Amino acid sequence: MSIRERLSGNEASAIAMRQINPDVVAAFPITPSTEIPQYFSTFVSNGQVDTEFVAVESEHSAMSACIGAEAAGARAMTATSANGLSFMWEMLYIASGSRLPIVLSLVNRAVSGPLNIHNDHSDAMGVRDAGWIMLFSENNQEAYDNLIMAHQIAENKDVMLPLMVCQDGFITSHSIENIELIEDDKVKDFVGKYQPEHYLLNHAEPVAMGPMDLQAYLFEHKYQQAEAMRNAKKVILDVADRFEKMTGRKYSFFEEYKLDDAEIAIVCMNSTAGTSKAVVDELRSNGIKAGLLKIRVYRPFPVEEVAKALSHLKAVAVLDKDDSVNAAGAPLFTDITSAMYACSNVHIPIVNYIYGIGGRDTTTKEISRVYEDLQEIAKTGKVENPFRYFGLRKGGK
Amino acid sequence: MENLLEIRWHGRGGQGAKTASLLLADAAFNTGKYIQGFPEYGPERMGAPITAYNRISNSPIVIHSNIYEPDYVVVVDDTLLESVDVTAGLKESGAIVINTIKDADYLKKVLKGYNGGIYRIDARKISEEALGKYFPNTPMLAAIVKVANIMDEKDFLNDMRSSFNHKFAKKPEVIEGNMKALEMALNEVTKIN
Repeated sequence: MSIRERLSGNEASAIAMRQINPDVVAAFPITPSTEIPQYFSTFVSNGQVDTEFVAVESEHSAMSACIGAEAAGARAMTATSANGLSFMWEMLYIASGSRLPIVLSLVNRAVSGPLNIHNDHSDAMGVRDAGWIMLFSENNQEAYDNLIMAHQIAENKDVMLPLMVCQDGFITSHSIENIELIEDDKVKDFVGKYQPEHYLLNHAEPVAMGPMDLQAYLFEHKYQQAEAMRNAKKVILDVADRFEKMTGRKYSFFEEYKLDDAEIAIVCMNSTAGTSKAVVDELRSNGIKAGLLKIRVYRPFPVEEVAKALSHLKAVAVLDKDDSVNAAGAPLFTDITSAMYACSNVHIPIVNYIYGIGGRDTTTKEISRVYEDLQEIAKTGKVENPFRYFGLRKGGK
Repeated sequence: MENLLEIRWHGRGGQGAKTASLLLADAAFNTGKYIQGFPEYGPERMGAPITAYNRISNSPIVIHSNIYEPDYVVVVDDTLLESVDVTAGLKESGAIVINTIKDADYLKKVLKGYNGGIYRIDARKISEEALGKYFPNTPMLAAIVKVANIMDEKDFLNDMRSSFNHKFAKKPEVIEGNMKALEMALNEVTKIN
């Protein structure tokens, strides 16, 4: 029997970490993820975990400490947000390039400047090419479940890549909601013991980690990293299968909500997907064939599967809680349109909406208006301007 | 969403409106409901106006936005009445519960013709009498439970006692005062419109 609880997304993430009981947690506090290491350090003080908690002096050091710990053969975790992740940036590449399956809980927040502590996805999008597996979570339950699945994906010998679990800062990190927790012993069995093939503290096999890697081999090593990311797709599904057997909760690359027979659909990530579901239900009750595709696995990006899932639609809107500031489309839109072009023979009208920047609240009314736009586009088959905004003050002033 | 109840709290930083919204979520959760309790974070500091929210439902809650058309509004500090539009979007089928000793005429005027239920409670008097200190959130929590008929009063009191036992494990001397504040508030909240 699962445990019925009510927790914030941060509490749920900290509890997942307690149940995982990693060897090392190194973290530096930053809003809105601060509560995760804060709760976790309480578990350490209370003797509820065996973890070595390293209270580092910066996020750069947090990631460095995780890298050192993983290289030594330990299981290491951390949590951060926004500028904390930015400050880790060079170490993120060293973690993935060194094939160290560190797990990071990222509570999404706008990257400064100007200074803003609220939610958008600019932090995650800034590291989308850093070679990390990236899972997104609609609510506290998914943030928890994704963390429980994280090590089994990251540490698989065909993968060996770091992984971050994202959730929306404040919107889910600080909202108390119902959640089903898994019993400690079940999580322990599911997560298992980390047994790396090669590690520094193995005196039977002395190895070097992180040496110079020039023209002769870096290309091959980068190719192997890319192969590992491709391999991660199968592993993610296998782990989701095992997780479903344990909990009854089903996960895949993305969630298709009333998408099968839909004519129009929104593609989005994290908490906005929940708000969109409420709108889809409302539209469906009025006979409008609306659907939703919620991306869970953003890296590796499931190109073929996304293209297939959207190929029957008459119009699609991709919502980005981030702006690439490139005079073109935002990241998720670019990924979706690229998938549709490369892996699908059909041309579907697609529009991009940038929304929710810096914590601007996203309402059912605004989502409804997007579906209204989609109905219009589906009727005419034409997209006048694919690069749009919603929730923005008129004229951007 | 079946029987979705939406509540908005207005208070000032330090008065415990956020804590009250979390306690309300807790109490409703314990009756088997689906709940959300979340504050709207801004530049938080003592005395600044703050907003917190609750959703309570019999089925899972998927919406993640602030609440613009609440069924109920709780005002923890009546000095907000003239500076914050506390009835914005408030349904006329619902009600507003205010911690105040101001008279009915003043309240009706300052609420700009709001035609739904208006309830008044002197949470300062209750808190000072029961706790010896001014913590308005405990009486306001009881008042909204009663006005919105969120749960049976006995169940609520039993549930709160176990919450307080847990929350104040290191300060057991404040438990009885808080319980008294809840009971007084259940009795004293009054409908004036």
